[in-house]
Amino acid sequence: MAYVPLADQEQELHHPHSWVTKYVWSQDHKVIAVQYGGTAIAVGVVALVLSLLMRLQLGFPETFDLIDPSSYYQSVTMHGMIMVVYLLTALFLGGFGNYLIPLMCGARDMVFPFLNMLSYWVYLLSVLILMASFFVGEGPTGAGWTLYPPQTNMAGTPGHDSGIVLMLLSLAVFIVAFTMGGLNYVVTVLQNRCRGLTMMRLPLSVWGIFVATCLGLFAFPALLVSAIMMLFDTLLGTSFFMPAVIESGTPLDHNGGSPILFQHLFWFFGHPEVYIVALPAFGLVSDVLSTHARKNIFGYRMMVWAIIAIGGLSFIVWAHHMYVSGMHPYFGFFFATTTLIIAVPTALKVYNWVLTLWEGDIRLNAPMYFAIGFIFTFIHGGLTGLFLGNVVIDLPLSDTYFVVAHFHMVMGVSPVLVLFAALYHWYPKITGRMFHEGMAKVHFWCTFLGTYAIYLPMHYLGFLGVPRRYYALGSTDFIPQSAHDLNTTITIAALFVGASQLLFFINIFWSLRNGKKADPNPWGSASLEWQTPDTPPVHGNWGPELPTVYRWAYDYSVPGAHQDFIPQNTPESVEPTVDEQHFDPDHDVSKADL
Amino acid sequence: MSIFKLLADKSWERKGIIGGLRPTGAFDTAPERVALVFFLVVATVVFSLFTVGYFIRMELPDWAPIEDPAKLWFNTGLLVVSSVLFQWARNIADSGSRKNIKTAFIGGGVFAVLFIAGQLSAWGDLNAAGYYVASNPAASFFFLLTGVHAVHMLGGLWVWSKSSIRLLSGSEIKDVRLSIQLCTLYWHFLLIVWLVLFAVLSNT
Repeated sequence: MAYVPLADQEQELHHPHSWVTKYVWSQDHKVIAVQYGGTAIAVGVVALVLSLLMRLQLGFPETFDLIDPSSYYQSVTMHGMIMVVYLLTALFLGGFGNYLIPLMCGARDMVFPFLNMLSYWVYLLSVLILMASFFVGEGPTGAGWTLYPPQTNMAGTPGHDSGIVLMLLSLAVFIVAFTMGGLNYVVTVLQNRCRGLTMMRLPLSVWGIFVATCLGLFAFPALLVSAIMMLFDTLLGTSFFMPAVIESGTPLDHNGGSPILFQHLFWFFGHPEVYIVALPAFGLVSDVLSTHARKNIFGYRMMVWAIIAIGGLSFIVWAHHMYVSGMHPYFGFFFATTTLIIAVPTALKVYNWVLTLWEGDIRLNAPMYFAIGFIFTFIHGGLTGLFLGNVVIDLPLSDTYFVVAHFHMVMGVSPVLVLFAALYHWYPKITGRMFHEGMAKVHFWCTFLGTYAIYLPMHYLGFLGVPRRYYALGSTDFIPQSAHDLNTTITIAALFVGASQLLFFINIFWSLRNGKKADPNPWGSASLEWQTPDTPPVHGNWGPELPTVYRWAYDYSVPGAHQDFIPQNTPESVEPTVDEQHFDPDHDVSKADL
Repeated sequence: MSIFKLLADKSWERKGIIGGLRPTGAFDTAPERVALVFFLVVATVVFSLFTVGYFIRMELPDWAPIEDPAKLWFNTGLLVVSSVLFQWARNIADSGSRKNIKTAFIGGGVFAVLFIAGQLSAWGDLNAAGYYVASNPAASFFFLLTGVHAVHMLGGLWVWSKSSIRLLSGSEIKDVRLSIQLCTLYWHFLLIVWLVLFAVLSNT
């Protein structure tokens, strides 16, 4: 039996009849996207505040009495886990994935709207479980975001009683939520594209989100498996990961478990997780750069291939996080090699972004500021990744501030800059209002220069050998006074960057009411989401008729065209249509038939 | 179209409508089936990682095998019957007939419930033999793996119960055919997973 996709059928939509079904129990992908985005940003603010508390302690070790060593470690742990999983993953995939996939695919909604709604509420439940750990027992776990056993379960680790249980439970619930959402994203991209929209006509945002979702679906199980097994160890006294260990002179009941097994499972999830965050960022920034440079993305096919190659390779580099855990030299050689190989498609993408800008008609507005800023920070973080990918360089730099600087540049600052670029870029479509351009640019400069002021000196601290994860450095010979002063400077920069994020919140909330009414397509973008009949798009997105796509998403500055972009749903009247039966990618129809 | 051909498309050169109503690259099947296949891959990764963990843990010095309850063979038989009944239901649904479909489909679920009851009974046998979840790493894995498998089965039974209610309330076959097909696929998958787990648990 042949099926036509939902996009071409009269899809049964659950039209909301009340405020509650429209904005709370909504099955509309756009509302769910805003719910995901709002929750992720809210919990991200919690993580930001935690980081500022840590910086106050590090910059002014004996001045403030805000946190003690235990709450310092709890802050480290919660900051890391919230930022990586509950903010970045949820905002890129739950937020932008939900908003953009159906619109960019010319669909009315996700394939399974009810499951999509369920995904958000289960995600919210996971956030609430995580937040609950602040209010129980000793508070949240302080084992570090990697949750390495046996430390997680030892009495000296804060939150070893209930904090760790809530963390693991929350992660398991998050994975259930992600799987429900992820199945929706993947199936919608595959099955629910509108007429004429081939996979290679999709904007790179969809490609990035699609491949990242596949990574998530295949990598999160590793975290689920390790979380379940560690819950068994914690609650039921098994010894999957817990070795024989003596705590305060008393042997614990555990015996013979393998902490290294946990590390392998954790990083088998953990490294793809980097790309679960990075690939959507790659996709979104490509579209922002191309639109505001008024040029097609350079090397579209290469960009798609690179996304797929990076996705595949991300599953065979995980043990580069474990060089100091002890491994066979050949094992280290293998993972160092794969790590350096993954730099090739990644570098290719960077070249293509720069070449997209080359001789473009660049419009330097706020989203473009953030997108170009991302290229800087990503190159920076990527290059330090090449250092750390080599075993011999990693060993002395491991557990120093160099590592902190590296991963914050590459998967903290860089994706966050893309998030801001994307939030500003799509804000007019989401809200129907323009944001305040000047405020957004001030926000950019404060964030961009501020984060450099934070992380550039950290590389130097790392070279000095200043260790990470220390509550206080105290007085040691190898750490000169200048390093302490640098720490103070970093803290001041961090406070400045933290405070400057208020500009973002003021801007988006102020503009909701006071912003100029947005045109349907204020940036002159060619992709489908800007061609909706209503702005913001109403439930069902497309009015009575679904769009038909005639071209790829990057027809900018086409010679002879009457404006500098041609929307994807604009017919090419002089060119014949191409039938599927005659499809031959190597056959240049447009030239051959004209 | 092969995936390589699809990815080689120079989309910037080709204008006009490509493909018919079904977009190129889409699978010629219901979206629910595509989603289920993706989910089965995810579940395969979960079970594979548990199994890899099992083999790695086995290599450690304190590993001591346990005697698996003999009734696992009987339970396996129950699951095989369950799977066969689902396949029977599917064949009937595919032919468009209603004859015996309730017996086959509901019977398949009932045998799955009996399988879970059998597994619980096997847990009881292990407890009676002195093996609890934390008393031995092999026992820990036994409870873990059978438990995770049973949880997957309970998820399937939830969908089965919804479809059964529709079937019993007189829904047209064409309205429940897809549910029956997907339940059958899922049951076969869980049978294969169980056979692999059973082989691993029995031989180590």
